Amino acid sequence: MVSSTSTSAINFEIAIQKIMREDWGYLLSSLLVIYNDINLVEDVLQDAVEMALIKWRKDGLPKSTTGWIFTVAKRKAIDRLRRDQNFKSKHKDLIIEIETEEDTKEYEYAIPDERLRLIFTCCHPALDHKISVALTLQLLGGLSTDEIARAFLVKKETMAQRLVRGKRKIKQTAIPYIIPERDVFHERLSAVLSVIYLIFNEGYSASSGKDHIRADLSNEAIRLARILNELCPYEPEIMALLALTLLHDSRRKSRFTSDGAFVSLEDQNRTLWDQPKIKEGCSLIERALKTEKTGPYQIQAAISAVHSQSKSYASTDWQQIVLLYDELLKLMPTSVVKLNRVVAASNLLTIDETINAIDQLESEFKSYQPFYAAKAEFYLRAGNNDIAKRAYQKAIKLSGNEREKEFLSKKLKAI
Amino acid sequence: MKYIALIYSNEKTDPKPGSDEFIKMIGEYRSATDKFIEDGVLVAGDPLESVNTSTTLRGRGGNLETTDGPFAETKEQLGGYYIFECDNLDDALKYAAMIPSVKHGSIEVRPIMTIVE
Repeated sequence: MVSSTSTSAINFEIAIQKIMREDWGYLLSSLLVIYNDINLVEDVLQDAVEMALIKWRKDGLPKSTTGWIFTVAKRKAIDRLRRDQNFKSKHKDLIIEIETEEDTKEYEYAIPDERLRLIFTCCHPALDHKISVALTLQLLGGLSTDEIARAFLVKKETMAQRLVRGKRKIKQTAIPYIIPERDVFHERLSAVLSVIYLIFNEGYSASSGKDHIRADLSNEAIRLARILNELCPYEPEIMALLALTLLHDSRRKSRFTSDGAFVSLEDQNRTLWDQPKIKEGCSLIERALKTEKTGPYQIQAAISAVHSQSKSYASTDWQQIVLLYDELLKLMPTSVVKLNRVVAASNLLTIDETINAIDQLESEFKSYQPFYAAKAEFYLRAGNNDIAKRAYQKAIKLSGNEREKEFLSKKLKAI
Repeated sequence: MKYIALIYSNEKTDPKPGSDEFIKMIGEYRSATDKFIEDGVLVAGDPLESVNTSTTLRGRGGNLETTDGPFAETKEQLGGYYIFECDNLDDALKYAAMIPSVKHGSIEVRPIMTIVE
Protein backbone atom coordinates (compact mmCIF):
# COMPACT_ATOMS: atom_id res chain seq x y z
CA MET A 1 0.00 0.00 0.00
CA VAL A 2 1.39 3.39 -1.01
CA SER A 3 0.42 6.02 1.49
CA SER A 4 2.17 8.54 3.61
CA THR A 5 2.57 7.82 7.30
CA SER A 6 0.15 10.56 8.29
CA THR A 7 -2.72 9.28 6.11
CA SER A 8 -2.32 5.76 7.40
CA ALA A 9 -2.23 7.13 10.94
CA ILE A 10 -5.49 8.93 10.27
CA ASN A 11 -7.01 5.84 8.68
CA PHE A 12 -5.93 3.88 11.70
CA GLU A 13 -7.58 6.34 14.09
CA ILE A 14 -10.77 6.32 12.01
CA ALA A 15 -10.84 2.52 11.89
CA ILE A 16 -10.46 2.20 15.66
CA GLN A 17 -13.08 4.90 16.25
CA LYS A 18 -15.47 3.11 13.91
CA ILE A 19 -15.05 -0.18 15.77
CA MET A 20 -15.45 1.45 19.17
CA ARG A 21 -18.57 3.43 18.31
CA GLU A 22 -20.37 2.44 15.12
CA ASP A 23 -19.62 -1.27 15.06
CA TRP A 24 -19.56 -1.91 18.79
CA GLY A 25 -23.23 -2.83 19.20
CA TYR A 26 -23.19 -4.87 16.02
CA LEU A 27 -20.13 -6.91 17.06
CA LEU A 28 -21.34 -7.30 20.62
CA SER A 29 -24.82 -8.40 19.58
CA SER A 30 -23.40 -11.01 17.24
CA LEU A 31 -20.92 -12.42 19.77
CA LEU A 32 -23.64 -12.53 22.38
CA VAL A 33 -25.60 -15.04 20.30
CA ILE A 34 -22.64 -17.43 20.54
CA TYR A 35 -21.54 -16.90 24.14
CA ASN A 36 -24.66 -15.54 25.86
CA ASP A 37 -22.62 -13.73 28.51
CA ILE A 38 -22.44 -9.94 28.38
CA ASN A 39 -19.39 -9.55 30.61
CA LEU A 40 -17.40 -12.14 28.71
CA VAL A 41 -18.29 -10.63 25.35
CA GLU A 42 -17.47 -7.08 26.48
CA ASP A 43 -14.12 -8.23 27.84
CA VAL A 44 -13.07 -10.12 24.73
CA LEU A 45 -14.15 -7.28 22.46
CA GLN A 46 -12.07 -4.89 24.53
CA ASP A 47 -9.13 -7.29 24.32
CA ALA A 48 -9.51 -7.56 20.55
CA VAL A 49 -9.49 -3.77 20.19
CA GLU A 50 -6.36 -3.55 22.33
CA MET A 51 -4.71 -6.13 20.10
CA ALA A 52 -5.83 -4.18 17.02
CA LEU A 53 -4.17 -1.06 18.41
CA ILE A 54 -0.84 -2.85 18.35
CA LYS A 55 -1.25 -5.01 15.25
CA TRP A 56 -2.91 -2.53 12.91
CA ARG A 57 -0.47 0.22 13.76
CA LYS A 58 2.38 -2.10 12.90
CA ASP A 59 1.03 -4.07 9.94
CA GLY A 60 -1.60 -1.70 8.53
CA LEU A 61 -5.34 -2.25 8.40
CA PRO A 62 -6.76 -5.70 7.60
CA LYS A 63 -9.17 -6.14 4.70
CA SER A 64 -12.17 -6.25 6.97
CA THR A 65 -11.63 -4.49 10.27
CA THR A 66 -14.90 -5.71 11.78
CA GLY A 67 -14.20 -9.25 10.59
CA TRP A 68 -10.74 -9.13 12.15
CA ILE A 69 -12.10 -7.93 15.50
CA PHE A 70 -14.88 -10.52 15.39
CA THR A 71 -12.46 -13.38 14.78
CA VAL A 72 -9.96 -12.25 17.38
CA ALA A 73 -12.72 -11.70 19.95
CA LYS A 74 -13.99 -15.23 19.33
CA ARG A 75 -10.49 -16.63 19.78
CA LYS A 76 -10.13 -14.70 23.04
CA ALA A 77 -13.47 -16.03 24.20
CA ILE A 78 -12.39 -19.60 23.56
CA ASP A 79 -9.18 -18.97 25.52
CA ARG A 80 -11.19 -17.69 28.44
CA LEU A 81 -13.65 -20.52 28.34
CA ARG A 82 -10.78 -23.02 28.20
CA ARG A 83 -9.42 -21.57 31.39
CA ASP A 84 -12.80 -22.15 32.97
CA GLN A 85 -12.65 -25.34 35.04
CA ASN A 86 -16.04 -26.55 33.96
CA PHE A 87 -15.41 -25.83 30.35
CA LYS A 88 -14.89 -29.34 29.00
CA SER A 89 -18.14 -30.73 30.21
CA LYS A 90 -20.25 -27.67 29.42
CA HIS A 91 -19.03 -26.38 26.08
CA LYS A 92 -17.50 -29.30 24.26
CA ASP A 93 -19.64 -28.91 21.14
CA LEU A 94 -19.05 -25.21 20.93
CA ILE A 95 -15.28 -25.42 20.79
CA ILE A 96 -15.19 -27.90 17.92
CA GLU A 97 -17.47 -25.77 15.81
CA ILE A 98 -15.47 -22.62 16.34
CA GLU A 99 -12.08 -24.20 15.81
CA THR A 100 -13.00 -25.31 12.33
CA GLU A 101 -14.29 -21.84 11.52
CA GLU A 102 -11.06 -20.40 12.74
CA ASP A 103 -9.05 -22.28 10.16
CA THR A 104 -10.18 -19.82 7.55
CA LYS A 105 -7.47 -17.23 7.27
CA GLU A 106 -9.71 -14.70 5.62
CA TYR A 107 -11.41 -12.30 7.99
CA GLU A 108 -14.31 -11.57 5.67
CA TYR A 109 -17.13 -13.04 7.69
CA ALA A 110 -20.74 -12.31 7.18
CA ILE A 111 -21.34 -11.32 10.77
CA PRO A 112 -25.05 -11.57 11.55
CA ASP A 113 -26.61 -8.36 12.84
CA GLU A 114 -28.30 -9.19 16.12
CA ARG A 115 -28.73 -5.65 17.43
CA LEU A 116 -32.50 -5.97 17.55
CA ARG A 117 -32.23 -8.75 20.12
CA LEU A 118 -29.74 -6.67 22.05
CA ILE A 119 -31.96 -3.61 22.23
CA PHE A 120 -34.93 -5.65 23.43
CA THR A 121 -32.77 -7.20 26.16
CA CYS A 122 -31.39 -3.82 27.27
CA CYS A 123 -34.91 -2.36 27.38
CA HIS A 124 -36.59 -5.33 29.06
CA PRO A 125 -39.40 -4.13 31.35
CA ALA A 126 -37.90 -6.13 34.23
CA LEU A 127 -35.06 -3.58 34.24
CA ASP A 128 -35.39 -0.12 35.74
CA HIS A 129 -35.63 2.65 33.12
CA LYS A 130 -32.40 4.28 34.24
CA ILE A 131 -30.62 0.96 33.90
CA SER A 132 -32.07 0.38 30.43
CA VAL A 133 -30.90 3.79 29.30
CA ALA A 134 -27.36 3.15 30.53
CA LEU A 135 -27.21 -0.38 29.10
CA THR A 136 -28.52 0.73 25.71
CA LEU A 137 -25.97 3.55 25.48
CA GLN A 138 -23.11 1.30 26.48
CA LEU A 139 -23.84 -2.02 24.80
CA LEU A 140 -25.49 -0.72 21.66
CA GLY A 141 -24.09 2.78 21.41
CA GLY A 142 -20.55 1.95 22.44
CA LEU A 143 -20.34 4.80 24.95
CA SER A 144 -17.94 4.39 27.84
CA THR A 145 -19.13 4.37 31.45
CA ASP A 146 -17.41 7.70 31.93
CA GLU A 147 -19.19 9.28 28.95
CA ILE A 148 -22.60 8.05 30.09
CA ALA A 149 -21.94 9.26 33.65
CA ARG A 150 -20.98 12.74 32.42
CA ALA A 151 -24.00 12.90 30.13
CA PHE A 152 -26.34 12.08 33.01
CA LEU A 153 -24.48 14.23 35.54
CA VAL A 154 -23.80 11.37 37.92
CA LYS A 155 -20.54 10.10 39.37
CA LYS A 156 -18.66 7.53 37.34
CA GLU A 157 -18.93 5.04 40.22
CA THR A 158 -22.70 5.48 40.36
CA MET A 159 -23.04 4.81 36.65
CA ALA A 160 -20.64 1.87 36.84
CA GLN A 161 -22.73 0.40 39.63
CA ARG A 162 -25.93 0.92 37.66
CA LEU A 163 -24.46 -0.92 34.68
CA VAL A 164 -23.15 -3.76 36.82
CA ARG A 165 -26.54 -4.13 38.46
CA GLY A 166 -28.26 -4.29 35.07
CA LYS A 167 -25.90 -6.87 33.64
CA ARG A 168 -26.14 -8.94 36.79
CA LYS A 169 -29.91 -8.91 36.66
CA ILE A 170 -29.93 -9.99 33.02
CA LYS A 171 -27.67 -12.90 33.90
CA GLN A 172 -29.19 -13.96 37.21
CA THR A 173 -32.81 -13.80 36.12
CA ALA A 174 -32.04 -15.17 32.63
CA ILE A 175 -33.60 -12.33 30.67
CA PRO A 176 -33.63 -13.95 27.26
CA TYR A 177 -31.65 -12.65 24.32
CA ILE A 178 -34.49 -12.79 21.82
CA ILE A 179 -36.85 -10.66 19.78
CA PRO A 180 -40.16 -10.85 21.66
CA GLU A 181 -42.91 -12.95 20.19
CA ARG A 182 -45.74 -11.43 18.22
CA ASP A 183 -48.26 -11.31 21.11
CA VAL A 184 -46.02 -9.13 23.28
CA PHE A 185 -43.98 -7.47 20.54
CA HIS A 186 -45.70 -4.09 20.50
CA GLU A 187 -45.83 -3.81 24.25
CA ARG A 188 -42.11 -4.53 24.43
CA LEU A 189 -41.39 -2.23 21.51
CA SER A 190 -43.01 0.65 23.33
CA ALA A 191 -40.55 0.09 26.20
CA VAL A 192 -37.68 0.32 23.70
CA LEU A 193 -39.09 3.49 22.15
CA SER A 194 -39.54 5.15 25.52
CA VAL A 195 -35.92 4.41 26.44
CA ILE A 196 -34.68 6.00 23.20
CA TYR A 197 -36.97 9.00 23.68
CA LEU A 198 -35.72 9.40 27.23
CA ILE A 199 -32.14 9.51 25.96
CA PHE A 200 -33.18 12.09 23.37
CA ASN A 201 -34.91 14.34 25.88
CA GLU A 202 -32.01 14.16 28.30
CA GLY A 203 -29.84 15.62 25.56
CA TYR A 204 -32.46 18.01 24.27
CA SER A 205 -33.00 19.66 27.63
CA ALA A 206 -29.31 20.60 27.67
CA SER A 207 -28.16 23.51 25.53
CA SER A 208 -25.78 22.94 22.64
CA GLY A 209 -23.02 25.13 24.05
CA LYS A 210 -21.46 24.23 27.38
CA ASP A 211 -23.22 20.94 27.92
CA HIS A 212 -22.24 19.44 24.63
CA ILE A 213 -21.69 15.97 26.10
CA ARG A 214 -25.28 16.01 27.21
CA ALA A 215 -26.46 17.49 23.92
CA ASP A 216 -24.72 14.66 22.07
CA LEU A 217 -27.21 12.33 23.68
CA SER A 218 -29.82 13.65 21.26
CA ASN A 219 -27.67 12.65 18.32
CA GLU A 220 -27.09 9.28 19.92
CA ALA A 221 -30.84 8.79 20.35
CA ILE A 222 -31.43 9.71 16.71
CA ARG A 223 -28.76 7.22 15.70
CA LEU A 224 -30.42 4.51 17.81
CA ALA A 225 -33.84 5.32 16.35
CA ARG A 226 -32.29 5.10 12.88
CA ILE A 227 -30.75 1.71 13.63
CA LEU A 228 -34.07 0.47 15.00
CA ASN A 229 -35.87 1.74 11.91
CA GLU A 230 -33.43 -0.13 9.68
CA LEU A 231 -33.69 -3.36 11.66
CA CYS A 232 -37.43 -3.24 11.94
CA PRO A 233 -38.75 -1.37 8.89
CA TYR A 234 -42.34 -0.24 8.32
CA GLU A 235 -43.13 -0.12 12.04
CA PRO A 236 -45.09 3.16 12.17
CA GLU A 237 -44.21 3.99 15.77
CA ILE A 238 -40.49 3.54 15.09
CA MET A 239 -40.69 5.77 12.00
CA ALA A 240 -42.62 8.27 14.11
CA LEU A 241 -40.05 8.27 16.91
CA LEU A 242 -37.30 8.92 14.39
CA ALA A 243 -39.42 11.69 12.85
CA LEU A 244 -40.21 13.21 16.26
CA THR A 245 -36.58 13.30 17.35
CA LEU A 246 -35.47 14.77 14.01
CA LEU A 247 -38.17 17.45 14.07
CA HIS A 248 -37.40 18.47 17.66
CA ASP A 249 -33.71 18.44 16.92
CA SER A 250 -34.16 20.66 13.85
CA ARG A 251 -34.88 23.54 16.25
CA ARG A 252 -31.80 23.00 18.38
CA LYS A 253 -29.92 26.10 17.16
CA SER A 254 -32.83 28.45 17.77
CA ARG A 255 -33.71 27.20 21.25
CA PHE A 256 -30.91 29.07 23.00
CA THR A 257 -29.34 32.46 22.42
CA SER A 258 -25.59 32.69 21.90
CA ASP A 259 -25.14 33.33 25.62
CA GLY A 260 -27.20 30.26 26.47
CA ALA A 261 -30.57 31.79 27.37
CA PHE A 262 -33.64 29.72 26.54
CA VAL A 263 -35.88 30.91 23.68
CA SER A 264 -39.53 29.80 23.54
CA LEU A 265 -41.08 28.42 20.34
CA GLU A 266 -42.95 31.69 19.82
CA ASP A 267 -39.74 33.76 19.76
CA GLN A 268 -37.49 31.37 17.89
CA ASN A 269 -35.75 32.50 14.70
CA ARG A 270 -37.25 30.03 12.28
CA THR A 271 -34.60 30.62 9.63
CA LEU A 272 -32.21 28.77 11.95
CA TRP A 273 -34.28 25.60 11.79
CA ASP A 274 -32.49 22.70 10.12
CA GLN A 275 -34.45 22.15 6.89
CA PRO A 276 -32.96 18.77 5.86
CA LYS A 277 -33.96 17.36 9.27
CA ILE A 278 -37.44 18.82 8.89
CA LYS A 279 -37.75 17.36 5.42
CA GLU A 280 -36.69 13.90 6.57
CA GLY A 281 -38.91 14.07 9.66
CA CYS A 282 -41.96 15.15 7.68
CA SER A 283 -41.57 12.49 5.04
CA LEU A 284 -41.14 9.81 7.72
CA ILE A 285 -44.26 10.86 9.59
CA GLU A 286 -46.27 11.02 6.37
CA ARG A 287 -45.28 7.45 5.59
CA ALA A 288 -46.01 6.33 9.15
CA LEU A 289 -49.48 7.87 9.15
CA LYS A 290 -50.35 6.05 5.92
CA THR A 291 -50.20 2.72 7.77
CA GLU A 292 -53.37 3.69 9.66
CA LYS A 293 -52.10 2.14 12.89
CA THR A 294 -51.97 5.26 15.05
CA GLY A 295 -49.82 5.51 18.12
CA PRO A 296 -48.64 8.20 20.52
CA TYR A 297 -45.36 8.86 18.72
CA GLN A 298 -47.11 9.38 15.40
CA ILE A 299 -49.41 12.00 16.86
CA GLN A 300 -46.61 13.77 18.68
CA ALA A 301 -44.52 13.78 15.51
CA ALA A 302 -47.48 15.09 13.53
CA ILE A 303 -47.86 17.97 16.00
CA SER A 304 -44.17 18.72 15.70
CA ALA A 305 -44.43 18.57 11.89
CA VAL A 306 -47.21 21.18 11.89
CA HIS A 307 -44.93 23.53 13.85
CA SER A 308 -42.00 22.77 11.56
CA GLN A 309 -43.98 23.69 8.46
CA SER A 310 -45.42 26.92 9.88
CA LYS A 311 -43.88 30.16 8.67
CA SER A 312 -44.49 31.84 12.02
CA TYR A 313 -46.00 31.19 15.44
CA ALA A 314 -49.03 33.33 14.58
CA SER A 315 -49.75 31.58 11.29
CA THR A 316 -49.59 28.10 12.87
CA ASP A 317 -52.61 25.89 12.20
CA TRP A 318 -53.70 25.74 15.85
CA GLN A 319 -57.00 24.14 14.95
CA GLN A 320 -55.16 21.12 13.62
CA ILE A 321 -52.78 21.03 16.56
CA VAL A 322 -55.66 21.03 19.03
CA LEU A 323 -57.34 18.22 17.11
CA LEU A 324 -54.12 16.23 17.24
CA TYR A 325 -53.89 16.79 21.00
CA ASP A 326 -57.45 15.49 21.33
CA GLU A 327 -56.33 12.32 19.55
CA LEU A 328 -53.25 12.09 21.76
CA LEU A 329 -55.38 12.43 24.89
CA LYS A 330 -57.32 9.33 23.86
CA LEU A 331 -54.07 7.32 23.86
CA MET A 332 -52.21 9.14 26.63
CA PRO A 333 -54.66 10.81 29.02
CA THR A 334 -51.90 12.35 31.12
CA SER A 335 -51.81 15.71 32.86
CA VAL A 336 -48.89 16.85 30.72
CA VAL A 337 -50.78 16.21 27.49
CA LYS A 338 -53.79 18.08 28.93
CA LEU A 339 -51.56 21.05 29.74
CA ASN A 340 -50.05 21.08 26.26
CA ARG A 341 -53.52 20.98 24.76
CA VAL A 342 -54.61 24.01 26.79
CA VAL A 343 -51.47 25.92 25.80
CA ALA A 344 -52.12 25.15 22.10
CA ALA A 345 -55.82 25.93 22.41
CA SER A 346 -55.07 29.29 24.06
CA ASN A 347 -54.21 30.55 20.59
CA LEU A 348 -57.84 30.00 19.60
CA LEU A 349 -59.57 30.92 22.88
CA THR A 350 -60.23 34.23 24.62
CA ILE A 351 -57.95 34.93 27.57
CA ASP A 352 -60.81 34.33 30.02
CA GLU A 353 -61.53 30.95 28.51
CA THR A 354 -57.84 30.06 28.71
CA ILE A 355 -57.56 31.14 32.36
CA ASN A 356 -60.61 29.05 33.11
CA ALA A 357 -59.09 25.98 31.40
CA ILE A 358 -55.71 26.35 33.13
CA ASP A 359 -57.29 26.81 36.57
CA GLN A 360 -59.23 23.61 36.10
CA LEU A 361 -55.95 21.73 35.70
CA GLU A 362 -54.18 23.14 38.75
CA SER A 363 -55.12 20.32 41.11
CA GLU A 364 -53.28 17.85 38.83
CA PHE A 365 -50.00 19.76 39.03
CA LYS A 366 -48.43 20.08 42.44
CA SER A 367 -44.82 20.32 41.36
CA TYR A 368 -44.61 20.60 37.61
CA GLN A 369 -42.61 23.63 36.51
CA PRO A 370 -44.07 24.04 32.99
CA PHE A 371 -47.57 24.29 34.45
CA TYR A 372 -46.68 27.30 36.61
CA ALA A 373 -44.73 28.92 33.78
CA ALA A 374 -47.78 28.60 31.54
CA LYS A 375 -50.12 29.82 34.27
CA ALA A 376 -47.92 32.87 34.87
CA GLU A 377 -47.90 33.68 31.17
CA PHE A 378 -51.68 33.54 30.88
CA TYR A 379 -52.36 35.59 34.03
CA LEU A 380 -49.87 38.16 32.83
CA ARG A 381 -51.74 38.38 29.56
CA ALA A 382 -55.00 38.77 31.47
CA GLY A 383 -53.46 41.68 33.40
CA ASN A 384 -53.46 39.90 36.76
CA ASN A 385 -49.84 40.59 37.71
CA ASP A 386 -50.04 39.37 41.31
CA ILE A 387 -51.07 35.85 40.41
CA ALA A 388 -48.59 35.87 37.50
CA LYS A 389 -45.73 36.84 39.84
CA ARG A 390 -46.57 34.10 42.31
CA ALA A 391 -46.80 31.54 39.52
CA TYR A 392 -43.38 32.58 38.16
CA GLN A 393 -41.88 32.33 41.64
CA LYS A 394 -43.27 28.84 42.01
CA ALA A 395 -42.00 27.84 38.54
CA ILE A 396 -38.50 29.13 39.37
CA LYS A 397 -38.50 27.18 42.61
CA LEU A 398 -39.53 24.00 40.81
CA SER A 399 -37.06 24.28 37.96
CA GLY A 400 -33.95 22.11 38.15
CA ASN A 401 -32.23 23.76 35.21
CA GLU A 402 -30.13 26.93 35.60
CA ARG A 403 -30.94 28.29 32.15
CA GLU A 404 -34.63 27.78 32.67
CA LYS A 405 -34.40 29.56 36.03
CA GLU A 406 -32.69 32.50 34.35
CA PHE A 407 -35.34 32.58 31.63
CA LEU A 408 -38.16 32.60 34.17
CA SER A 409 -36.43 35.13 36.43
CA LYS A 410 -36.08 37.52 33.51
CA LYS A 411 -39.81 37.23 32.84
CA LEU A 412 -40.59 37.81 36.50
CA LYS A 413 -38.43 40.92 36.65
CA ALA A 414 -40.11 42.33 33.57
CA ILE A 415 -43.49 42.46 35.29
CA MET B 1 -34.01 -22.60 35.82
CA LYS B 2 -36.36 -22.35 38.79
CA TYR B 3 -38.36 -19.24 39.57
CA ILE B 4 -40.56 -18.55 42.56
CA ALA B 5 -43.69 -16.48 42.11
CA LEU B 6 -44.64 -14.95 45.47
CA ILE B 7 -48.26 -13.93 45.65
CA TYR B 8 -49.06 -10.81 47.67
CA SER B 9 -52.52 -9.44 48.27
CA ASN B 10 -54.51 -7.58 50.88
CA GLU B 11 -56.23 -10.15 53.07
CA LYS B 12 -58.79 -7.59 54.16
CA THR B 13 -60.02 -6.94 50.66
CA ASP B 14 -59.47 -10.42 49.22
CA PRO B 15 -62.61 -12.37 48.25
CA LYS B 16 -64.10 -13.87 51.44
CA PRO B 17 -64.38 -17.69 51.70
CA GLY B 18 -67.88 -18.80 50.77
CA SER B 19 -68.62 -15.76 48.62
CA ASP B 20 -69.37 -16.14 44.90
CA GLU B 21 -66.24 -14.17 44.16
CA PHE B 22 -64.17 -16.58 46.23
CA ILE B 23 -65.62 -19.61 44.46
CA LYS B 24 -64.84 -17.97 41.13
CA MET B 25 -61.27 -17.27 42.23
CA ILE B 26 -60.76 -20.88 43.33
CA GLY B 27 -61.95 -21.99 39.90
CA GLU B 28 -59.48 -19.64 38.25
CA TYR B 29 -56.66 -20.93 40.44
CA ARG B 30 -57.58 -24.49 39.53
CA SER B 31 -57.47 -23.85 35.80
CA ALA B 32 -54.24 -21.84 36.08
CA THR B 33 -52.62 -24.70 38.00
CA ASP B 34 -53.88 -27.19 35.40
CA LYS B 35 -52.26 -25.09 32.69
CA PHE B 36 -48.95 -25.01 34.60
CA ILE B 37 -49.04 -28.83 34.93
CA GLU B 38 -50.04 -29.30 31.30
CA ASP B 39 -47.14 -27.13 30.11
CA GLY B 40 -44.74 -28.99 32.40
CA VAL B 41 -43.56 -25.93 34.29
CA LEU B 42 -45.06 -26.55 37.73
CA VAL B 43 -42.57 -27.58 40.43
CA ALA B 44 -44.69 -26.65 43.44
CA GLY B 45 -47.38 -24.26 44.49
CA ASP B 46 -49.51 -23.74 47.57
CA PRO B 47 -51.66 -21.17 49.27
CA LEU B 48 -50.68 -20.12 52.80
CA GLU B 49 -52.91 -19.81 55.85
CA SER B 50 -53.80 -16.28 56.89
CA VAL B 51 -51.04 -13.95 58.11
CA ASN B 52 -52.72 -14.20 61.55
CA THR B 53 -51.25 -17.68 61.84
CA SER B 54 -47.68 -16.45 61.36
CA THR B 55 -45.00 -16.77 63.99
CA THR B 56 -41.72 -14.92 63.68
CA LEU B 57 -38.42 -16.04 65.18
CA ARG B 58 -35.39 -13.85 65.81
CA GLY B 59 -32.18 -15.17 67.32
CA ARG B 60 -30.06 -12.37 68.75
CA GLY B 61 -27.16 -12.67 71.15
CA GLY B 62 -27.94 -16.26 71.94
CA ASN B 63 -31.56 -15.56 72.77
CA LEU B 64 -34.36 -16.83 70.64
CA GLU B 65 -37.26 -14.46 70.47
CA THR B 66 -40.59 -15.85 69.35
CA THR B 67 -43.33 -13.41 68.44
CA ASP B 68 -46.82 -13.54 67.07
CA GLY B 69 -47.12 -12.04 63.64
CA PRO B 70 -46.03 -10.20 61.55
CA PHE B 71 -49.16 -8.17 62.01
CA ALA B 72 -50.73 -6.89 58.87
CA GLU B 73 -49.10 -3.47 58.93
CA THR B 74 -48.25 -3.61 55.27
CA LYS B 75 -51.00 -3.34 52.72
CA GLU B 76 -50.26 -6.67 51.06
CA GLN B 77 -49.34 -9.96 52.67
CA LEU B 78 -47.68 -13.06 51.31
CA GLY B 79 -50.57 -15.40 50.57
CA GLY B 80 -49.08 -18.19 48.50
CA TYR B 81 -46.48 -19.17 45.97
CA TYR B 82 -45.70 -21.15 42.87
CA ILE B 83 -42.36 -22.51 41.78
CA PHE B 84 -41.89 -22.78 38.02
CA GLU B 85 -39.23 -24.49 35.97
CA CYS B 86 -38.68 -22.24 32.94
CA ASP B 87 -35.96 -21.51 30.41
CA ASN B 88 -35.90 -17.78 30.95
CA LEU B 89 -37.51 -14.81 32.68
CA ASP B 90 -39.94 -14.12 29.84
CA ASP B 91 -41.46 -17.58 30.23
CA ALA B 92 -41.56 -17.28 34.01
CA LEU B 93 -43.30 -13.90 33.72
CA LYS B 94 -45.76 -15.30 31.20
CA TYR B 95 -46.86 -18.01 33.65
CA ALA B 96 -46.80 -15.71 36.68
CA ALA B 97 -49.13 -13.35 34.83
CA MET B 98 -51.69 -16.19 34.71
CA ILE B 99 -51.93 -16.32 38.53
CA PRO B 100 -55.43 -14.99 39.29
CA SER B 101 -54.29 -12.75 42.18
CA VAL B 102 -52.37 -10.59 39.70
CA LYS B 103 -55.68 -8.80 39.15
CA HIS B 104 -56.10 -7.56 42.73
CA GLY B 105 -52.69 -8.11 44.34
CA SER B 106 -49.16 -8.37 43.04
CA ILE B 107 -46.82 -11.17 42.05
CA GLU B 108 -43.10 -11.01 42.72
CA VAL B 109 -41.02 -13.23 40.47
CA ARG B 110 -37.51 -14.21 41.50
CA PRO B 111 -35.04 -16.79 40.31
CA ILE B 112 -34.19 -19.47 42.85
CA MET B 113 -30.46 -19.58 43.44
CA THR B 114 -28.67 -22.70 42.32
CA ILE B 115 -26.10 -23.83 44.85
CA VAL B 116 -23.11 -25.30 43.05
CA GLU B 117 -21.53 -28.05 45.15
